[in-house]
Amino acid sequence: MRIEVSRRQMPSQLFSYLSPVIALLLTVLLGAIVFMALGKDPVQAMYSYFIEPLTETWSLHELLIKATPLILIAVGLSVCYLSNNWNIGAEGQFLMGAVAGSAIPVLAPDFQSFITLPLMLVFAMAGGAAFAAIPAFLKSRFNTNEILTSLMLVYVAQLFVDWLVRGPWRNPQGFSFPGTVTFNDFALLPEMFPASGRANIGILFAVVAAVLVWLMITRTMKGFEVRVLGQNPRAGRFAGFSSAKMTFFAFLLSGALAGLAGIIEVAGAVQHLNEKLSVGYGFAAIIVVFLGRLNPLGAIVAGLVLALTYLGGEAAQISLQISDKSARVFQGMLLFLVLACDTLIHFRIRFVTARSVSSPKVENS
Amino acid sequence: MGMTEAILLTVFTAATPLLIAAMGELVAERSGVLNLGVEGMMIMGAIGGFAFAQMSGNPYVGALGGMVIGALFSLLFAFLAVTLVTNQVATGLALTILGLGLSGLWGEAFVGVPGVKLQPIVVPVLSEIPLIGRLLFAQDALFYVSIALVFAVSWFLFRTKGGLILRSVGDNHHSAHALGISVSRVRYLAVMFGGACAGLAGSHLSLVYTTQWIENMTAGRGWIALALVVFASWRPWRILFGAYLFGAITIMQLHIQALNLGDLEFLPGPVYGIMALLKSIPAQFLSSLPYLATIAVLVLISRNRRLTLINTPAMLGRGFVPDR
Repeated sequence: MRIEVSRRQMPSQLFSYLSPVIALLLTVLLGAIVFMALGKDPVQAMYSYFIEPLTETWSLHELLIKATPLILIAVGLSVCYLSNNWNIGAEGQFLMGAVAGSAIPVLAPDFQSFITLPLMLVFAMAGGAAFAAIPAFLKSRFNTNEILTSLMLVYVAQLFVDWLVRGPWRNPQGFSFPGTVTFNDFALLPEMFPASGRANIGILFAVVAAVLVWLMITRTMKGFEVRVLGQNPRAGRFAGFSSAKMTFFAFLLSGALAGLAGIIEVAGAVQHLNEKLSVGYGFAAIIVVFLGRLNPLGAIVAGLVLALTYLGGEAAQISLQISDKSARVFQGMLLFLVLACDTLIHFRIRFVTARSVSSPKVENS
Repeated sequence: MGMTEAILLTVFTAATPLLIAAMGELVAERSGVLNLGVEGMMIMGAIGGFAFAQMSGNPYVGALGGMVIGALFSLLFAFLAVTLVTNQVATGLALTILGLGLSGLWGEAFVGVPGVKLQPIVVPVLSEIPLIGRLLFAQDALFYVSIALVFAVSWFLFRTKGGLILRSVGDNHHSAHALGISVSRVRYLAVMFGGACAGLAGSHLSLVYTTQWIENMTAGRGWIALALVVFASWRPWRILFGAYLFGAITIMQLHIQALNLGDLEFLPGPVYGIMALLKSIPAQFLSSLPYLATIAVLVLISRNRRLTLINTPAMLGRGFVPDR
């Protein structure tokens, strides 16, 4: 038996909505099999992975905290990928944004004013954008592969943060643990419902960013430019669009949003800068982009789903004694299955046996 | 063994996994498939090699196991990218994310477990040649494999019919298909060869380089291997050169970090000054050197757009769907 794909004349509307859902269901099914192979009760495992975190108020708060950076980063990346700019280094831009934003409370701890926090957010966006400008510059000026350069810069950013929090920025009262001083109240994001959990207003930034970018892509000339240059660079050039400018636009936008995500994580959940800041949000956000079908609004839903895999991983670690690495496995499987299911949108898939090859088949499309 | 010899020996050890992984990716890319999953296949090879060596007590079984795991893991990519014609960039990333997760889950039981080392094979007489003897003829088996790979891949690609077919698929899959070549079969084989090489390269890390399992121990080497292919503009011999260049950069920063200034007081003043200056650079900055060097090298290579275009397989990264 062989598998044959043939191009559909029109993308399937049905599958463009169904494919992420099918992918998610298949991931859960496959996950259950993996847990069974590890000798755990699959039903109980899936319950504690995907349902239990949703049953308690405090964990819903945690869900929002984890979804915030994922959504913010993914919204920016969706513009990159739509315009055919492969920014893989959001993790680095997230970290450098966190560093730039943290500079204010770390270097000027006495600057306690209502503009401290807004200033930190602006610094973080500038920091993330500046770091993203490096691969954009190299791509547009020297034709350098942006996938590799943006990714290499992730390692550079990680080492840089490591040096900062162990060296010049280390909290002298930190009992020799790496990390900066805990931020003062003016440098922290306000919590939304302090009575029931720690979720902060960061999620509002994420939702607003998603809506704004969605409006930009679907309703404005700039969004049209993004899509044309992404789908057909030649046509874009004839229309007078500059792909070099688009590279900068996409990278700076996604860098700024990743930087914003970084400072929200620092000034929200963690409250100081340390070397373990990111748990791979920059890479998980790539999955969010594809699960959300490169749509900023889709990224909101997809971000919540991916956040659930993080929480589920922690829950499974406690209740089933399974390593929290299982979250990474789920994320990888999810991206695989999303990509596989997306094939259904543009292609018809046939299973061909030796018999059906010899018998002529009437194409009805 | 002299100091220079010892340093060069570590350069060779650092270069070998890069060379093997990049050689595999070169073959995959020559067939038109861009597999960004090298890092994921490599880390699966690292844990696979370690686990098989532990189970059998034999490091050669380990290396073979790492290779098989790498090849099998690459099948996932091949099925999506070749059969289902998914976006190759995203699929490769998925392979890396999945590989990092699976290896972490699998390796949990092996953290802190002492490994089995792949011992050097000493060639009698030849290994006694001063300086180069120990470097070239007293190495572990994977070093010999890596050098043999350069000869073999170079010969296969440019001197055999199979190589011609592979390159034709990478340069124009429509023509190749019209000539009756099975594009997907060629690409499956090329991707699996790349996976086997990445797996073997990974097992070098856990059986020779560190002889233990550490989570995320590939630390970006898979990505550097990918960059090496671009650096080499898809030529096998240039990969050899590039791998040793990067091996040297990796080792140089480690040696500077380990430098003991007290031992160097015999050096003339200016040399000692330079050493002291290098030593004063924070470790993290030195550690970022291989990554910065990768970027620098990519910039130098890519500047000449015309030259890069000539050498790049024309169908690189494009899925093939036969017309009917």
